[in-house]
Amino acid sequence: MKTKAIIEKIAHIIFLISAVVAIFAVGAITIFMFIKGTPAFKSIGFLDLLFKSEWAPTATNPTYGIAYIILSSIVATFSAIIISIPIGLLTAVYIAEMANNKLGEIVRTAVELLAAIPSVIYGLLGIMILNPLMYKLERLIFINNPNHQFTGGSNLLSAIIVLALMILPTIVSVSVSSLNAVSDKLRSASLALGASKIQSIFSVVIPAAKSGILTGAVLGIGRALGEAMAINMVAGGVVNFPLPFNSIRTLTTQLVSEIAYSSGLHRQVLFTVGLILYLFIMFVNFCLLKVRKKEED
Amino acid sequence: MENTKIEVKDLNLYYGDHKALKNINIDIKEKAITAFIGPSGCGKSSFLKTLNRMNDLVDVARVEGLVNINGKDIYDEKTDVTLLRKEVGMVFQQPNPFPMSIYDNVAYGPRIHGIKDKKRLDKIVENSLKGAAIYDEVKDRLKKSALSLSGGQQQRICIARALAVEPDIILMDEPTSALDPISTSKIEDLMEELKKKYTVVIVTHNMQQAARISDYTAFFLNGEIVEYGKTNDIFSYPKDKRTEDYITGRFG
Repeated sequence: MKTKAIIEKIAHIIFLISAVVAIFAVGAITIFMFIKGTPAFKSIGFLDLLFKSEWAPTATNPTYGIAYIILSSIVATFSAIIISIPIGLLTAVYIAEMANNKLGEIVRTAVELLAAIPSVIYGLLGIMILNPLMYKLERLIFINNPNHQFTGGSNLLSAIIVLALMILPTIVSVSVSSLNAVSDKLRSASLALGASKIQSIFSVVIPAAKSGILTGAVLGIGRALGEAMAINMVAGGVVNFPLPFNSIRTLTTQLVSEIAYSSGLHRQVLFTVGLILYLFIMFVNFCLLKVRKKEED
Repeated sequence: MENTKIEVKDLNLYYGDHKALKNINIDIKEKAITAFIGPSGCGKSSFLKTLNRMNDLVDVARVEGLVNINGKDIYDEKTDVTLLRKEVGMVFQQPNPFPMSIYDNVAYGPRIHGIKDKKRLDKIVENSLKGAAIYDEVKDRLKKSALSLSGGQQQRICIARALAVEPDIILMDEPTSALDPISTSKIEDLMEELKKKYTVVIVTHNMQQAARISDYTAFFLNGEIVEYGKTNDIFSYPKDKRTEDYITGRFG
């Protein structure tokens, strides 16, 4: 009897330790990011760092403005999400509301596989398919424009399309579950009033599922903000104002491409870039918690 | 005698291989309350759902026979189901208001049928809420969520929502079984009012309720109508032994 109690006690402690590891990790990362990410603000100045756009860390007079980098991340993420939400939602509606047949099962499996594909594969596809296409477009549009710096198709648009595709499964699967969670009683009520199936879906089912759909969108934003590999492969790598046919650097790709050879202040600034990305992600997750909380109420 | 509103001839309903309704023949009278009574699983709810074709939603359901409403066969392939359901409203067992404001719940039906004019909608909402005897309770909070109301109020909102599309017939599938006695009596009073304008068909588990409010009663057993007639006759002089057993509480 006593040994049993001891085993219970030990098991309890093991579970507790496992649980505490997560809290410890989050705390440690947060502290680490703040310690490493804030000195550059002092050396360069808060406003100069955040709101100046010129990035020339290796020049004789180095400048460290990351405004375009932040802006590129935001523009790429939100453009991707704006493309993904309608497509994702319609796909989810098809899976959850319309397809009770083989095709629906195939669509669902395809979406799940889409989520499982590593981002480097998306990058490869981008390089093989998107970039050449973009290059053709670029030549068509800017052929007589001496001011345009040709990118060979590695541009913001490619990044947006790849990101949109990558976050699609998140939006679809979260939306499908929230649509499935809508009570059939509401569907019946709507149909019994003489609404068509499509009317019922758009007027009752989707509004009833909207907080779940919003959750999907927020998760998608998180994934898009944090994506580095695919963007690094398809978006070129020049710090630029985020116009569709410009090569861009985002917060993530900035880190990936420069951290290895950076030193001194340059390295400090890269940590600040990391800190900003971290804060963005934290903010997105904070919004997610809010949405979920509202859903529970 | 009143006119026949719904005429059902030789109706059979199958769920896959299972025959849920057998050879139903019934004439339901206009502007009266007709109650369907019977033990669980006797087919009374299934039959109700054949009258506005909600059974269409069940993949394996198949109907044979004739259902004429206002002289038109509702199972004719030319029937527009959305128009049929506008004519034949339904109130469900569980109150099922949409997660929207009270106003939007009631305005939902008119809106999907194309009414956009704000003044007209206001009028419809007000009249429907009055028709469902809930206007005075909610008139100051039409923008509040319908889910904030009590179960009994929600059910009357659902009745108002059904009235808003101006149906001829209102089907009620055990509308008070999830409600407390006070809410139940409010809804029973309301039905008395409703039958002045509408043909009301109600499924109920509660025999006293059928006896109290209905003009006609049909007793269902094992997918068949055992007996159908004026409520007084059914309850005072049941012709069939099984009806008598049921209303004296010997089974069910």
